Amino acid sequence: MKKLTTILTGTAVALTMSAAAARAERGTDGELKIIYWQAVSILNPYLSGGTKDVHGSSLVLEPLAKYDETGTMVPALVDEIPTVDNGGVAEDLKSITWTISEGLKWSDGTPFTANDVVFTWKYCTAPDGGCQQAEKFTDIASVEAVDDRSVKITYTVPKPFPYGPFVGAESPVIQEAQFKDCLGPKAPECTEQNFHPIGTGPFRVVDFKANDVVTFEANPNYRDPSKPAFASAVIKGGGDAASAARSVLETGEFDYAWNLQIEPEILTQMAQAGKGTVVSSFGTSVERIEINQTNPSPDVGDMRSTRDGGAHPFLSDPAVRKALSIAIDREILVEVGYGAAGQATCNILPAPKNYASTNVDWCLTQDIEGAKKLLDDAGWVPGGDGIREKDGVRLSVLYQTSTNSVRQATQALVKDWWQEIGVETELRNIDASVFFGGDPASPDTFQKFYADVEMYTNNFDGTDPERYMSSWLCKDIPSPKNGWLGNNIPRYCNDAYDALVAEMATTADIEKRGEIAIKMNDMLVNDGALVPLIHRGEVSAHSNTLAGVRMNSWDSQLWNASDWSRAK
Amino acid sequence: MTDTTIAPAAAPRKQRTITADVFRQFRQHRGGVIGACIFLTIILLVVFGPYIHGVDPSALNIRDKNQGISLAHPMGTDNLGRDMFAQVLAGGRTSLAVGVTAMLLSLLVGTTIGVTAGYVRRLDGWLMRLTDLFLALPLLPLLLVIIMLFRDTLRATFGPETGIFLLIVFVIGITSWMQTARIVRGAVLSVKEHEFVLAAKSIGTRDRHHHRIRVVLPRPRLPVRFSDLGPPALRRRELPRDQSLAGDLAGAGAVAHRAQRQLYRRRTARCSRPAH
Amino acid sequence: MLNYTLRRLMFAVPTLLVISFIIFALLDLAPNDPTGNLPLTIPPEVREQIRQSLGLGEPFPIRYLYWLQQFFINEPLNLLEKILGFPIGDSAERLRIRSWATRSPVVDLIIERMPQTLMVVGFAYFFGVLIAIPIGVISAYKQYSIFDQVGTFVSMVGFSVPTFFTGVVFIVIFSVNLQWFPSIYDTQLEVTDWSSFWQQVRQMVMPVSVLALYNAAQLSRFVRASMLDNLNQDYVRTARAKGMKERVVLLVHVLRNSLIPVVTVIALGIPTIFSGAIITEQIFRVNGLGQLLIIAIQGADIPLVQTLTFIFAVLIVLFNLIADLLYGILDPRIRYD
Repeated sequence: MKKLTTILTGTAVALTMSAAAARAERGTDGELKIIYWQAVSILNPYLSGGTKDVHGSSLVLEPLAKYDETGTMVPALVDEIPTVDNGGVAEDLKSITWTISEGLKWSDGTPFTANDVVFTWKYCTAPDGGCQQAEKFTDIASVEAVDDRSVKITYTVPKPFPYGPFVGAESPVIQEAQFKDCLGPKAPECTEQNFHPIGTGPFRVVDFKANDVVTFEANPNYRDPSKPAFASAVIKGGGDAASAARSVLETGEFDYAWNLQIEPEILTQMAQAGKGTVVSSFGTSVERIEINQTNPSPDVGDMRSTRDGGAHPFLSDPAVRKALSIAIDREILVEVGYGAAGQATCNILPAPKNYASTNVDWCLTQDIEGAKKLLDDAGWVPGGDGIREKDGVRLSVLYQTSTNSVRQATQALVKDWWQEIGVETELRNIDASVFFGGDPASPDTFQKFYADVEMYTNNFDGTDPERYMSSWLCKDIPSPKNGWLGNNIPRYCNDAYDALVAEMATTADIEKRGEIAIKMNDMLVNDGALVPLIHRGEVSAHSNTLAGVRMNSWDSQLWNASDWSRAK
Repeated sequence: MTDTTIAPAAAPRKQRTITADVFRQFRQHRGGVIGACIFLTIILLVVFGPYIHGVDPSALNIRDKNQGISLAHPMGTDNLGRDMFAQVLAGGRTSLAVGVTAMLLSLLVGTTIGVTAGYVRRLDGWLMRLTDLFLALPLLPLLLVIIMLFRDTLRATFGPETGIFLLIVFVIGITSWMQTARIVRGAVLSVKEHEFVLAAKSIGTRDRHHHRIRVVLPRPRLPVRFSDLGPPALRRRELPRDQSLAGDLAGAGAVAHRAQRQLYRRRTARCSRPAH
Repeated sequence: MLNYTLRRLMFAVPTLLVISFIIFALLDLAPNDPTGNLPLTIPPEVREQIRQSLGLGEPFPIRYLYWLQQFFINEPLNLLEKILGFPIGDSAERLRIRSWATRSPVVDLIIERMPQTLMVVGFAYFFGVLIAIPIGVISAYKQYSIFDQVGTFVSMVGFSVPTFFTGVVFIVIFSVNLQWFPSIYDTQLEVTDWSSFWQQVRQMVMPVSVLALYNAAQLSRFVRASMLDNLNQDYVRTARAKGMKERVVLLVHVLRNSLIPVVTVIALGIPTIFSGAIITEQIFRVNGLGQLLIIAIQGADIPLVQTLTFIFAVLIVLFNLIADLLYGILDPRIRYD
């Protein structure tokens, strides 16, 4: 059924695309009404990395290249993507030169030049600006305008994937003339600029009410004179996912609703009203249980959950980690909490295709008996209360996650399965703004990991997994010494893994990079550093009268709003 | 005396007590009686129900999820296959325990502060400003701070369940007494000037303490009754948004909350998935 | 009386300072973090930089003093400037209280939200009062009658059924099935002619009635209780004995006396209008002050939460004073000296 829907939507998209291509005139289709139940706060993605803000600003601000729904880079403000083959990327992989399309204009009519791109880099790297996309601009030696239409980015190290800056909705180009007085500490004070950025996108901002509603009108200087089909657009915010879904699927008040994370059966039922279509797409998000390799017991005091505090009393046993993983029935987790927006997975790196491992599937089928046998063989035998123990160590797990009904349902299910194999579980859930907040004073952050296992979702932007896969380096383990900053949450430390990360950093060949990434993925999962559960997708809905939607998880969901039109 | 007790006609002449009076009047109020019966039934169900309907409320049976009403599951099952009736009973137990204790606590605090403020003029200003402060405090940060400060201590001292119970009662208690305090104070202020207080004073009612407790306190009964409505006002503030109220608090409340959601889930259920 | 008012006002200043300090300390102590809601793709080092750029690197007392300066000096000056229309001092350099999520001045956000909150919540409060008083009076006068029983039942339902439930039921019936009213409030709508006025009315009907029902349920019980208390007083019997018309007894004597506590309760409730109705605003997307506050709280947007709660505290203190004064005016037995 799922497949059928995909095929059907695919056909519908193909049909409507050709229809849209046939009829071409700007601003003939009236108003486009979009609903983002998490309201847009600011239209400058450099000052807010929140997904809603990135998507909202993507109607106005554009990067040099975007990702399409398959994760392939497509030119936006340039004519072609620079590669080593076409000479755009230097042989030593230390520089990349983008050539901007001819005659490109900002929405205020002034020409778009290479200096704007250079300025954008300066803006984000200015000290004390608190630029939220600073990570996109790491390892850059300089960004310079070779001439009006070409920009050269020089890196300090060879970059096998040089498409970090200015690709994807997170790092669009902003106008120098508008933002020139907003560098560094001045950035937050430029409310006018942050609320009404001048861009190259299909729309320009008319009115912005923070955390409420943004009104746009068609950009008169948009590069394609026949687009966008809509004369104006609004993004309304507020409320919750269910009512956003209702406003598209049942009342038809809106054309597009983002992020409809509601119970699968409710969504299906709403869709039966026949006013809209539910669409989904998959990116790189994986819901996982991370396993603490170090001892989180309060008994070790300050060394709690650090490598200095010693290995975990029982999770350091590979048999226990594997048993915990195979005791879980991932299909049921999908069915209960995710529906079409989830797939059972054993991979921590599930996409894009050439990076996704096909080797690990031992966790896909639940095997309670196998788990019991593993534990028996490893010497963990049930005690009087049915909980397994060895040398006085009981298999008693503290399992924490953020407060959220789907996560709590997952916790309940997992606890039940672990109970069956003789593992006792205490559940804890923590308010998301605390859990993910990283306040060093709070004991409840996911970085501190004062628990045996914890569950959340992580992913990466764009299509290159290098940075994401280097999260599990020994040196990135959070500890009091680095103020609990660090990505290696499970405190996994393996020299062979570190070597692979180093190898990937110097490999340019895309096939080879895929092989290395797959090796890393398999190593993490087989070693039991983490227990991947679900490859999570995104779910949105659009009205049946809206044509041209190509749901995208690699870039902003509104990435091709210029092609959207009113179906007749 | 013996005669009067035997003769039915003389029964009303029996010594009238306040309790008996209240009871008599109460019996005449049909709505009240119905309400009391319902309440009593709920208490009985919640207290003895789990012994009769001996299903474990947290037992999962995923194959039986989202079942309708049946003999085995009088209220059907939820999306994890847990028995709804058992959950309602268990949730009701916690809710009732938490609700009653928290309400008593908030009434106690509110009345004490209200009466003191209304009666002792010197403290009036201070106590009322304290009330203002509590009315203005944002609830969610307050919860997060209380949890951060006390959760682990309470857990260590009383064990996870009692610890959280105390925490919830404490939080609800200290965040919902303000309305009571204000209304009680207002009533005390007005009653203070009534003739009977003057009378009590002039006939030399012993000391000020006695005077406050026996004479003034019983009068503001009407506003206090109104203040029973106070605790639910909690819901109007930040609390019910999904389960965003801090994790542990949801622990006990969630059972009831979840059950409630399930009952009208078709339209209102929100199971928004986490952002990350 | 004047003396008392002045004394109370003087006392209010230190009180509010203490309240603002306690709120600030509470928010600072709370373990939630402004970067908590950002995607995890933003690495920890960048998060640390963001925190620094928000000024979290400064010690707590300094940040509090900054806020005081901005709230009590800079923002009033700015407002004054806006009203008068000419610059006062160096207005460009004057630091304003900025929200961490939107980076825009908090005061501007609040001003932007006022109209819809006052429209919806204010009207709901007004209608609630308007409905509650007659219902309360009749219920009390005809205690235990059918009207009273029905009134009791309805107000019990109105009170115990949460607004998020009634709101959704309203939407399902009137928006989805009957398509009478829009389910989403349009804050962009400007009333310029009859048709836009009609549109404004249509979009206000549902949120206002949900809230008004709730307010009326609460208040009518109070009116009824207060009326009952007065109906049994000696002066009522005296008035009747004098041969006064029942209407006069009820509406002039009893009602007037019963309204004394009611008026104060109404006055005490007015600040809640400004705090918005969080749930109702969420359901109908009115996006007023309540929604602003809840988003800010969830996103640990401390300057915004601090400012909003503080304004709320000011209103509470103010209306408390008003309520006390009303009490004194309406009930001559109460004397403040």
